[in-house]
Amino acid sequence: MRRISLPVLAVASLVLVTTALALVFFVVPDDADQGFSQRIFYFHVSIAFTSYLCFGAGAWKALLHLWRRDPRADLESYVAVHQGVIFGALVLLTGSIWAKISWGHWWVWSEDQLVLFLVLFLFYAAYFMLRFSVDPGPQRANLSAVYALFGVVLVPVSFLAIRLSHRLIHPEVFTRHGPNFGGWILAAYLVSQVAVIVLAYTLYRVELAGKRLDVRIRELRTA
Amino acid sequence: MIAARGVGRRFGDKRVLRALDFELPDRGFMTIIGPNGSGKTTLLRLCAGLSRPSEGELHVDVARERIGFLAHEPLVYRELTAVENLELYGKLYRVRERRERIGMLLERFGLWDARRERVSSYSRGMQQRLALCRVLLHEPQLLILDEPYTALDGEGAKLLDAQLAELVGERTFLVSTHDPARTDQFATTGLALA
Amino acid sequence: MTYFADVRALARKDLLLELRARDTLPSMLLFVAAVFVVFHFSLPSGSSTLAASGLLWVAIVFTALLGLGRAFVPEREQRVLDALVLAPCDRSAIWLAKSLATLAFLVAAEIVALPLFALFFHGLRWSTIAGVALADLGICGVGTFVGATAVVTRARELLLPLLFLPLAIPLIIGGVGSSTVDAPGRYLGFLGLYDLLFALLCWAAFEYVVVE
Repeated sequence: MRRISLPVLAVASLVLVTTALALVFFVVPDDADQGFSQRIFYFHVSIAFTSYLCFGAGAWKALLHLWRRDPRADLESYVAVHQGVIFGALVLLTGSIWAKISWGHWWVWSEDQLVLFLVLFLFYAAYFMLRFSVDPGPQRANLSAVYALFGVVLVPVSFLAIRLSHRLIHPEVFTRHGPNFGGWILAAYLVSQVAVIVLAYTLYRVELAGKRLDVRIRELRTA
Repeated sequence: MIAARGVGRRFGDKRVLRALDFELPDRGFMTIIGPNGSGKTTLLRLCAGLSRPSEGELHVDVARERIGFLAHEPLVYRELTAVENLELYGKLYRVRERRERIGMLLERFGLWDARRERVSSYSRGMQQRLALCRVLLHEPQLLILDEPYTALDGEGAKLLDAQLAELVGERTFLVSTHDPARTDQFATTGLALA
Repeated sequence: MTYFADVRALARKDLLLELRARDTLPSMLLFVAAVFVVFHFSLPSGSSTLAASGLLWVAIVFTALLGLGRAFVPEREQRVLDALVLAPCDRSAIWLAKSLATLAFLVAAEIVALPLFALFFHGLRWSTIAGVALADLGICGVGTFVGATAVVTRARELLLPLLFLPLAIPLIIGGVGSSTVDAPGRYLGFLGLYDLLFALLCWAAFEYVVVE
């Protein structure tokens, strides 16, 4: 994967995102219940899935760091988690917009995904606080890696907890009709998903290259 | 027993150790000298296994339980007594005939009478002597001592001299000091850090 | 089995230190009592006892945080952690021993806090007590782990709640569920699952927190 060059990725992202936008906004039919504004849901789901992928990748790289002592893994893990948080913030943003459209409120506690991302956002924001309060070195890499692994365990545990919490909170019963996955709708989902994943990977590679350069400059300066 | 090739250690943007090559053979005695901030403590921590080098290779050919490390701080719990501290370390290091050995060391370093008092009531010199007991408790093969004479009073320094004289030639020593004259009689090799 | 002998030796040390210092446990007790009084004034009149049950869990988590903040103080201030790490024992034993000692203090605080809660807010269910017992395991295990992480950083006391609270959210949900719902079995089961998963993770990962 590293052999795909950055310009190629950038072009691919551009093409895919444009296609996805075109499909979502011009080709797909209006939703039966919510009309035109429901279209943000295509991106909301794609971004959420991509965010999970980023956290998972971050945890995988963290494992490589701890287990195999791969020298490149710490930075890769950090950048992956960073991308995950950026896209996570976008999930909260698009989710909030979608909630306003669907139910008239900017925030709803009944949407599991949204609440889960709130918890994860808090968790991974603390990841950055942790990372920035330790000097660069093997200890910082170890602590970050361990914390990233905790995050990945927290995802299913929190999801389960949030589902259990529905019986506790004042029940807000909002029904939502699931989209029926016919033809163009499915195509739009798939293209959006691939587009967001490729975009995330491109941004990951860009940031990683920049961070690696920073490290190299620092090494040269203190040689 | 210890072999270093190109060892360096960086803390963030600061480089503390750079391109170190040295060897300490079994049963040798190496003195490390250098001004403050030259990385003596960092090097000792690397050899003890508390830290990893940023570059280069460092081989320390001895198991963790056979290393005794004397740091700047005495590394004892201030709210416990001398006996309680040594009991804890004795259990963790699986020292045989623990009680006898603790008693023997406390007596040798002149702490027997104060053994049931909390370390917080000890003078700095007494704390350093307790630290020496801690280090010697498990009969380590490799002794890493970070400026052992600095915190000792006159009496304690004489006790340490006697202890070193007894063990030199049987154990391996890595000692950093401000006052190389004290350890010249034992040293087989030396390292100067800038 | 030397592993448990190590844990026992280390836990004994932690308990001894607290008995000598005598500051953490009394602080936790006073804190919890003060928090209950604050709750009384914070809850609007006509609030159900269920709302109070929910707040009990807030009190427990924050009281635990108070205790956890003190957990690694001797190791940090006197750098004794270096000596423990150098010892031949498994590093996870340090975590387990510290968790057990913290658990002892938390339970001691709750032995006073729970009856006090029953007194102020009229009643305590068996499922609440079971929930508290299970949640305590998770709080102490994860909290001790996170406490050790926080201690090696510059930010220390600031970082502990930030790292701990997101991880505690599932525990609070499980706990409140076991306190309020008619069929608490599912929530108690969830708490047990959390405890098991995170105990395993903490046990396996502690080595990397204290060793470079």
